[in-house]
Amino acid sequence: MQFNTREPIYLQVIDDIKKRIVTGKIRPGDKLPSTRTLSEEYGINANTAARIYKEMETMELCHTKRGLGTYVNESEEMVTEIKKAMADKYLNRFMDEMLGLGYSIDELIGFIERRRG
Amino acid sequence: MEYVATHNLTKRFSQNRAVDDANICLESGKVYGLLGPNGSGKSTFMKMVAGLFHPSKGRIEVMGDPLSYRSKEYVSFMTTEQFFYDYMTVGMVGRFFRDFYRDFDETAYQNLVGEMQLHMDMKIRSLSSGMAAKLKIAATMARDAKVFMLDEPLNGIDLVARDAILSAIIRKANPDNCILISSHLIDAMENILDEVIFIQEGQVVICGNAENIRESRGKSIVDLYKEVFI
Repeated sequence: MQFNTREPIYLQVIDDIKKRIVTGKIRPGDKLPSTRTLSEEYGINANTAARIYKEMETMELCHTKRGLGTYVNESEEMVTEIKKAMADKYLNRFMDEMLGLGYSIDELIGFIERRRG
Repeated sequence: MEYVATHNLTKRFSQNRAVDDANICLESGKVYGLLGPNGSGKSTFMKMVAGLFHPSKGRIEVMGDPLSYRSKEYVSFMTTEQFFYDYMTVGMVGRFFRDFYRDFDETAYQNLVGEMQLHMDMKIRSLSSGMAAKLKIAATMARDAKVFMLDEPLNGIDLVARDAILSAIIRKANPDNCILISSHLIDAMENILDEVIFIQEGQVVICGNAENIRESRGKSIVDLYKEVFI
């Protein structure tokens, strides 16, 4: 994975894992790779990998079973929520750029309508 | 835990201060980047910690004790120089290291040699400079040392081998060792460092956690490097 080095790496990996949860590549209840495997997969340092799971736990995305590993929380609701949050983020980005170019919201809707056909 | 600590460490070469009053502390479980332009004192610092240069002033502690011949048991150091005998083969280098270091792990060496696309029967004399650089990494990282110091591990290494080396470093890092890497190829190193130490004209100018720097300053380590050194 190519990182944008201006942002903390752990946040970028969390975003990538979230995307995999939303697209169903990782399912609620699935066991996540060990921090060691995670660090090798993403080419990052082991402490960063450990921090990723810690932060994901505070975000209530996963939990650790002592001695067993880290598991994605078993909640379909969570998946919907992540998906909504990501959609918001992308939509904001799109709107900001387009409004910045001077288009009105009606014009944006027009653009999207034409794409449908 | 502090595995290496230097106090007011200074090395003078006639009038020139190669390392100037450096207070650097390396803790277990962390990967450090020692970053700075050519001639900033990175190699001199490492050579003092390895016991190869005698400090002009200051103290070095390794594993809580003053630096001595015993420290070599804990420190695995890779210099930029080519340090193998020409007549040896890759396999002989492994046995040579095994005889020198109690913590040398022959299986780890075999695996590393394989990952670096080398073979046990290759002669040192016939290795290209890139292959020799990879062999140095394999021999250095096959030890189970407490402190690893790698001076410019990516010098002369192609892109594919670069990934092999970075992943070898990632796998080697554990809570019971620390790794100090000097490099001017900072963008390649950026993802694997916990802490960065910027050194300029022998003095430590910035040191801190890499993720915190990205978070608080909104810049990459490369950006910060350019800001400090240009």
